[in-house]
Amino acid sequence: MKYRSVFDIIGPVMIGPSSSHTAGAVRIGRVARHLFGAQPMEAAITLYGSFAETYQGHGTDVAIIAGLLDFEPNDPRLPDALELAQKEDLKISFIADKETETEHPNTVRIRLSDQQSDIEVVGVSIGGGKIEIIEVDGFNISLSGSNPALFILHQDKYGAVAEVASLIAKYEMNISYMEVSRKVKGSLALMVIQTDEEIGGKLAEEVGLLPNILHVAVLS
Amino acid sequence: MFQTVKELVELAEKDQKKISEIMIETEIETTGSNREAIFAKMSSNLDVMEDAVKRGISENIRSHSGLTGGDAKRLQAYLAEGQTLSGVAMLDAVSKAMATNEVNAAMGVICATPTAGSAGVVPGTLFGLCERLKPAPTRDQMVRFLFTAGAFGFVVANNASISGAAGGCQAEVGSATGMAAAAAVELAGGSPQQSAHAMAIALGNMLGLICDPVAGLVEVPCVKRNAVGASTALVAADMALAGIESRIPCDEVIEAMYRVGRMMPAAFRETAQGGLADTPRGRALKRQIFGHDGQKSVTKHP
Repeated sequence: MKYRSVFDIIGPVMIGPSSSHTAGAVRIGRVARHLFGAQPMEAAITLYGSFAETYQGHGTDVAIIAGLLDFEPNDPRLPDALELAQKEDLKISFIADKETETEHPNTVRIRLSDQQSDIEVVGVSIGGGKIEIIEVDGFNISLSGSNPALFILHQDKYGAVAEVASLIAKYEMNISYMEVSRKVKGSLALMVIQTDEEIGGKLAEEVGLLPNILHVAVLS
Repeated sequence: MFQTVKELVELAEKDQKKISEIMIETEIETTGSNREAIFAKMSSNLDVMEDAVKRGISENIRSHSGLTGGDAKRLQAYLAEGQTLSGVAMLDAVSKAMATNEVNAAMGVICATPTAGSAGVVPGTLFGLCERLKPAPTRDQMVRFLFTAGAFGFVVANNASISGAAGGCQAEVGSATGMAAAAAVELAGGSPQQSAHAMAIALGNMLGLICDPVAGLVEVPCVKRNAVGASTALVAADMALAGIESRIPCDEVIEAMYRVGRMMPAAFRETAQGGLADTPRGRALKRQIFGHDGQKSVTKHP
């Protein structure tokens, strides 16, 4: 069965007008912000496919900015996100790229930065408000954003994965999904760990102190 | 657990329960949540619907494109004059359905029922009936209305489709109209079987409805499709309550809707390439909203 809950039918509560072009866009922006770990100073956003064709009418641009400001899809401030971002000195650029072919019609690439760091996230809105993050800093991943997740950039060295896994076990948490992605052997790698339980700040802190770990982000 | 309308009705009849009760019990069974939490969640969805309706009929709503807004309020003003052709209760429901979709188009908060584009029919029908029925429905009955609507929508979503891109408008507003008709029957004291007939009559009259949004926006004709959907829901519910039966069983109507959707050309499935979207005025509106060629390529915000 595709739909399991009555709330898949009567719900979700969201800002209109479209579950894929608005609610899904907020969720992608929000996950990008959480992966970055703070409010960025600059955001460069590239829209592809149907997002690029119809983003103005659906408020897709406004919705992504709302996500970057950490709003939920039902936040009443959503329509004012552009003005609110300006007030907070968040510099934004938008490009609607209608040339590049993407696998899914509703795809967006978001590059976030401040003086210290930057991150590049690619997300797709797959329908009904559901999303998937398919790429982070060039690493191919698959992250739904609907489960709590730990997101760890690390040196591709033996023991790195085992040390993180045993820390998670120490907190008596269950890993429901895990993937490790790397571009070149022995260089940098990205670990994405989804858990059944919420991930506390203390666990993230301890993971960050492990050898070989470069960056930790928590998605709740 | 039920997979068809037939099973749903049989479950309700076997234990002399309402459809809404079967839906609540199924939700408890499949999610492991308790009754109070499930009821509270639906109640908060009802709050969202009520707020959207209130906004739509009292504030000056206008969408970003300027294509929609203000018609729900216009209809309420007309109603207040007391001279209507189709009746006060009917037009009140119609106005409240439009209110929801106008708020949706203007980036207001709504509850998808079953989608954002078809979010008006179910609450419009419900809040219209709240003014009409004496005594007025209790809060408990209003929340149950949503569970009943959800139960019928659940069957459609799993056996056919609730997506305009997959099955046209019949899958979105058509489904919502059937859901609202079935729930209206239960609210008015009808039997589970009568709910099924109301759904079958309503959806049967929506077969073939295409999804043809002007400029690809969830506005024209979506707002007015929801409006007329609410009126169809009320008429179908009245017919079922009068004892009129659908000659074609509800599950077979749902199956027919699915097959019609599969045969529908892509131009009529949310691509804005056919129907009203492809009229001279529809194309002109698109150019007006998105720029000269409708293909504005690069926009930078300050």
